[in-house]
Amino acid sequence: MLALTRNGVRIDDSFAEAFDMRATGVVITAPTLRWVRQAAITTTGFATSIIGCGVEAGIDAELRPDATPDGRPGVRVLLFAGSTGELQKQLVGRVGQCVLTSPGSACYAGLEADEKLRLGDGLRYFGDGWQISKRFEDRHIWRIPVMDGEFVCEGTTGLTKGAVGGGNLILMGRSADATLHAAESAIAAMRAVAGVIMPFPGGIVRSGSKVGSKYKGLMASTNHAYCPTLRGATPSELDADIAAVLEIVIDGLTPDAVAAAMRAGLAAAIALGPDQGAARIGAGNYGGKLGRHHFHLRELL
Amino acid sequence: MRFTLRAPPEQRLDLSPLVPDRLAGLDQAAIERVGLNTTRATLCVGDVFTVRMGDPARVTFDGGSERFDNLGESLSAGEIVVEGDAGQFAGRRMSGGRMEIRGNAGGWAASALRGGRMEIHGDAGERLGGPASGEVAGMAGGTVVVRGSVGERAGDRMRRGLIVVEGDAAGWTGSRMIAGTLVVCGDAGVLPGYLMRRGTLLLGRAETPPPTFVPSGGAPTVFLHLLAAALSPVSEPAARLTAAPLQRLLGDMASLGMGEMLVQAGHL
Repeated sequence: MLALTRNGVRIDDSFAEAFDMRATGVVITAPTLRWVRQAAITTTGFATSIIGCGVEAGIDAELRPDATPDGRPGVRVLLFAGSTGELQKQLVGRVGQCVLTSPGSACYAGLEADEKLRLGDGLRYFGDGWQISKRFEDRHIWRIPVMDGEFVCEGTTGLTKGAVGGGNLILMGRSADATLHAAESAIAAMRAVAGVIMPFPGGIVRSGSKVGSKYKGLMASTNHAYCPTLRGATPSELDADIAAVLEIVIDGLTPDAVAAAMRAGLAAAIALGPDQGAARIGAGNYGGKLGRHHFHLRELL
Repeated sequence: MRFTLRAPPEQRLDLSPLVPDRLAGLDQAAIERVGLNTTRATLCVGDVFTVRMGDPARVTFDGGSERFDNLGESLSAGEIVVEGDAGQFAGRRMSGGRMEIRGNAGGWAASALRGGRMEIHGDAGERLGGPASGEVAGMAGGTVVVRGSVGERAGDRMRRGLIVVEGDAAGWTGSRMIAGTLVVCGDAGVLPGYLMRRGTLLLGRAETPPPTFVPSGGAPTVFLHLLAAALSPVSEPAARLTAAPLQRLLGDMASLGMGEMLVQAGHL
């Protein structure tokens, strides 16, 4: 691999390999931003990877009161899954357990699309017959009586089959601190991009995986070629100066959104230089045969 | 396309043929031969109106009368403007498009409306949006805005949709409502919500609600925000009413009892 260098940071001539996914979005509102964030964080908890969580979910953006349907603070949450059925199940399950339950909350469609997933249409039964259906010109809502008043929830939300999951950046640094600093800077820049989520804790994953394992039945295991402590014992992808590696995984509503996020993250990490941030940046792929979408780093610089 | 009234009609007129769907493809001679009479005395379009040809999707009546019945019946697309009064059953079973009556409308305006938008600048008669005799449901969709006042039983047996009355209502407002939303910015008259099952009444004043309505605490604030957003494009006074302090009643307990009546505090 021929490396390019930008601001002293080595950039692998590699690409991120990403997959088609199904995605949906909801807008969560509450009386205060604190309770908006609480509901959203709870809803998107344990949603880092479809390998073990069924869905990948995160907060796309915080919305000012004038940008939400009910004039209260809100966030847009995006959810990604491999199949429509799983996405539907996770959507109703998570909104039912984490938004319906959160004080003062309301939930609306967060994605416009011709194809729909059930939202309030699935949760209305919680009202036990006391739920109220209201239809205004283009909006159908359910009002479900709860102990602090009413949970207002839109009937359906949109479904897109054109979403992309698995865009990524691999940040390699000379120390664990510098690598984390690079990853945090990249995440801060990527959060400003609309239509993407970085589903891992704080957007960052330290346990990148490879497909398969020496153990039967384990679908994924540690990516040993990128583990600094295994250098010498196994063939390694790491240079001698690399002490730690962190990865950022990106799911987006469109391939363009994923590319924009990767571009923003790359720029932010490169700006730190090799001493403050990452000394080398790569991307993960499976040889290009599994995923339809290839994001080449050199095209994103 | 413009129909200018020659003289006040000598009998009630059935104007249901003069809607965009039925006018499309007809030439002026054919239109002038369309019969409008409701008695045995034949009366054609050409006898009543001077016709100026134009886009059949935009029909204007220059001059109106309380004898103009069935205006805009089953309108599905396009626009009808009446520069004057309309008779009974204006916009009956309309499913789309837009109808504007710049004067007053008679009884059963927007009867069993399915969709589209009806605006009446003056007053409307009894049973606004209501069902015709023998029908189970009244209005089932669409939006009706009356800038003036309305007669008795506005929204009778309403099933879905939005009615806004910026003035007063004569009484029994929202009687037998099945669902939907009805706003009266002024006085709702006697016994609003009489035998309503479900649905929302938002009322400026309701001095004599039925005794079978029960107080139910405060107003549903999130819903009222959404209602305000739906109301503000069609009626500023109605949107303002959502922001007033409101009391909530549930009823009619003599029926299913799942309707709500939101009344400006102090006007109950």
